[in-house]
Amino acid sequence: MSRTIFALATAPGRAAIAVVRISGPAAREAVAALHARLPPPRVAALRTLRTVDGEILDRALVLWFPGPPSYTGEDCAELHLHGGRAVVERVSEALIAAGLELAEPGEFTRRAFENGKLDLDQAEAVADLIDSESAAQARQAIGQLRGLLGDRYRDWRSVLVQALAGLEALVDFPEEDLPADAAPRAARPVAALIAQLDLALADQARGTRVRDGYTIAIVGAPNAGKSSILNGLVGRDAAIVTDIAGTTRDVIEAPVVLGAYRAVLADTAGIRDHVGVVEAEGVRRAQAWAQAADLRLWVVDQSACGGLWRQAASMVRAGDLCVLSKSDLPVGNDAGMARARAEAEGLQTISHSARSGGTDDLRSILSHRVAVDLSGADFPAVTRARHARHLVEARSHLARALADWESPELAAENVRLAARALAKIAGQIGVEDVLDKLFASFCIGK
Amino acid sequence: MTGAWDVIVIGGGHAGCEAAAAAARFGARTLLLTHKLETIGEMSCNPAIGGLGKGHLVREVDALDGLMGRMADAAGIQFRLLNRSRGPAVRGPRAQIDRRLYRQAIRKALERQCGLTMRAAAIEDLVVDGGRAVGVISRCGEVYRAGAIVLTTGTFLKGVIHCGDERIPAGRAGDEPAIRLADRLYGLGLPMGRLKTGTPPRLDGDSIDWRDLAMQAGDQPPIPFSFLTTAIDRPQIECGVTSTTPETHAIIAARLNESAVYGGKLSGRGPRYCPSIEDKVVRFADRGGHQIFLEPEGLEDTTIYPNGISTSVAPATQNLFLRTIPGLSKVRVVRYGYAIEYDYVDPCGLDLDLQVKRVPGLYLAGQINGTTGYEEAAAQGLIAGLNAAKAVSNEPPAVFGRDEAYIGVMIDDLVTRGVSEPYRMFTSRAEFRLRLRADNADQRLTARGVQLGCVGHSRSTAFAAKQSILEDVRREADELNLSAGEARRRGFQVTADGQRRNLKQLLAHPEIGFADLARVWPQIDAWPIFAREQVEIDAGYLGYIDRQDADVALFRRDESLPLAEDLDFAALGGLSNEAREKLSRIRPRTLGQAARVEGVTPGAISALLAHVRRHQRVG
Repeated sequence: MSRTIFALATAPGRAAIAVVRISGPAAREAVAALHARLPPPRVAALRTLRTVDGEILDRALVLWFPGPPSYTGEDCAELHLHGGRAVVERVSEALIAAGLELAEPGEFTRRAFENGKLDLDQAEAVADLIDSESAAQARQAIGQLRGLLGDRYRDWRSVLVQALAGLEALVDFPEEDLPADAAPRAARPVAALIAQLDLALADQARGTRVRDGYTIAIVGAPNAGKSSILNGLVGRDAAIVTDIAGTTRDVIEAPVVLGAYRAVLADTAGIRDHVGVVEAEGVRRAQAWAQAADLRLWVVDQSACGGLWRQAASMVRAGDLCVLSKSDLPVGNDAGMARARAEAEGLQTISHSARSGGTDDLRSILSHRVAVDLSGADFPAVTRARHARHLVEARSHLARALADWESPELAAENVRLAARALAKIAGQIGVEDVLDKLFASFCIGK
Repeated sequence: MTGAWDVIVIGGGHAGCEAAAAAARFGARTLLLTHKLETIGEMSCNPAIGGLGKGHLVREVDALDGLMGRMADAAGIQFRLLNRSRGPAVRGPRAQIDRRLYRQAIRKALERQCGLTMRAAAIEDLVVDGGRAVGVISRCGEVYRAGAIVLTTGTFLKGVIHCGDERIPAGRAGDEPAIRLADRLYGLGLPMGRLKTGTPPRLDGDSIDWRDLAMQAGDQPPIPFSFLTTAIDRPQIECGVTSTTPETHAIIAARLNESAVYGGKLSGRGPRYCPSIEDKVVRFADRGGHQIFLEPEGLEDTTIYPNGISTSVAPATQNLFLRTIPGLSKVRVVRYGYAIEYDYVDPCGLDLDLQVKRVPGLYLAGQINGTTGYEEAAAQGLIAGLNAAKAVSNEPPAVFGRDEAYIGVMIDDLVTRGVSEPYRMFTSRAEFRLRLRADNADQRLTARGVQLGCVGHSRSTAFAAKQSILEDVRREADELNLSAGEARRRGFQVTADGQRRNLKQLLAHPEIGFADLARVWPQIDAWPIFAREQVEIDAGYLGYIDRQDADVALFRRDESLPLAEDLDFAALGGLSNEAREKLSRIRPRTLGQAARVEGVTPGAISALLAHVRRHQRVG
């Protein structure tokens, strides 16, 4: 019924090895089709791979993972080929000739999910891990994979089970000798859970920033040297650098790794008055991007005298950085005025010269800054918009439950709805879970 | 051969009586066979009917024209509506019952039921022909043939009573167990298990010192179970309330090894919600006392049922610990408490119509399915009896959904998830609890019952009359409305938002009562009480009910995706081994039911859904 799929599991292009992964009911036949003897399960074996005609494709390591204990839950094989486009292409052709199909993006993970090998959280974490470009991003993804988030959600779940047990005891066993404070006692953990959800939601920004990258906008007057700073940090010419003011008419984004974190730098159009239509649009976008960014680098040409620095000054906020650029040139009038303004706004000021190696200083200042902003003591609870939505929903049901606590059947209904919202993240709460807790907590038995 | 019947019901307990009566109401020629005609309708354990969830079941049985509600009204000696101070969805009617009056009432009702015959016979075997159940054989060798058989054997299958060191094969104190019948069920390959339950000692009320005991009275006026009962005129009694003491606990703790359970003599699982006093002493050791209700078993019967101290320690120890309880220092025991274990059939082997999947023509109801309680038994009996009769007439089975009735919740739970302890109804089992109320059981079920052919003429007429009044009142309530300005001028603190609010929306405000609105619209004072109560309930749950209605729509979407009867779960990709095994065994009929099977993950359901969709495209 199910197709057998394969895909290159390592990055394409020249490399020492290239791993091709195969999954599906015909995985065993696929290995046989390459004229390779099947190795014992989970043991690497050197095999010569051949075409149907017996022509040698490669000498490769072959691994065999029979299902269901494999990654996808199906029969799986891995071919560790010599890297290089030609080898991979010829092996792929041979597999297609054997009736296999090229996997769709994410199909291995989807199969693992459908076979109950991963829960949805873990499946998402795998996707993040594969995409992760920085150490902190990888750490977060691995944490999620190990179920750290799941553990936190399970704690919340047990609070809900406890609250429901208390409420249901009040509803179903009115004749029993329940503790007089059973109702308020059941409410307390719910109030605490609401506070935790609020914390997690406040924490949300950090979680998504680690995953999507910390955003830094470079703002300043035209020709202040913004693009040179960007290029210096990124290590290549991402932005065109000329001496003509207004060269950057759109927002140029460039990913960069700062310390352990991924960041996105954006070079924005220089801010000045009296510009053409095209440039005005660029300025508008620059302002929008800069406002949404986590940090702004306000670049001021310290050699300038014209007072152009004022035009971008309105965009900065306390905590941003002021970069006095072109420090290798003679100091102009603007430097002192901008420095005074930066001090008044609560900005840190640094001097920088793209020509005389100031980039490393700037990089270490930024790395420190990103690390301070992103490394909260707590593990981020919310790393995907999907999670946040369910948390918001659960929170509103719980608040409603507390408001209705005097009517336990309505409070229970709301707690159940909250549990259902969280169940989409970390599993269901069944009646039996509640009854188990209820009978363990209360002596029922008239 | 002793004549041919449409439906034969084995057992005269609460499941058997409802099964026989429902089959006969449907028009089947019905035979009820039981050991002794005198114990038909016997209440083997506590002398009470109803409660939370259970009272809901009684109302539903009544809405389908079953017996239990009317019988309880005829024999009830103390009526209480539990959770009176809470919302209407979780109010449960309950009554203390005079056991003798109950037996008499039910015997008379069955005798008057047209198409129903009762005989005393000990049935020991089934006649199975070509895989179908077609008859039963009595101990004397008489063969009774029928189109369908309903087994309601209670705790009689290989029943064993434990009391201290004694082990007595019995179905109930003083009655023989059914052993050959159990062997036959094993022989048919039915999955079987063993459960246990217990009962407290019975006390002589004349030996109890009532003077210092708190007494609990019933409601005045009593609220009946049946939608047909207009008033309860029987004299009402009070129950005594006492409690165990630290001395009681010390005696029991010192002699735990006598207990059947703690002495390791019992293998079956007991109910968590009805623990023995031994269980309570062990599991809640910090409690200084456990409440006991002293419930009279009848108006003219001095026997007292002490609710809360079910036990299986030796009789001498029972005497000893009873005397440490306030009011019982000179108590005389009429019959000692005991534990009983018995065989049950794993209800996962049943279809939603309560027919055994492997043995067409054979229906099971009551404790044989792993449930406990008179009410649970009665509700299953009604469904099994009705479906047996319908099958004989080649009519499709009557199945109620979880969104329609507690009966539907219970049967779905049983056949989809099986039991791990004696199954009892709780309102928390019903996900649509706010809609499935005791007060609206007739509105939910009586019209269906008329269609299904189990509701008699007098009830259907009474229901139609009531329903037409209710519809008029609801229409009127929807039409009466005030603008925000008008409402505020009359002193109602509603938001000045320019919205019109109808009567229900106004009534939903906690500070606006029915009397306030009657000053605006004097005509609503003429609404009959029952109709006015329904409008008040509609208003009280405004918003919640709409939300549950939306959930019901989603629920029905999955319930309406049928899974083919011959679907090969084993060959289905994308399922874990556990899910595959469970699904193959339980064979759910719909995608919704499959999702409720234990161990079936959302991932497995997407795989199943994908299969159903592919199948639909191909088909």
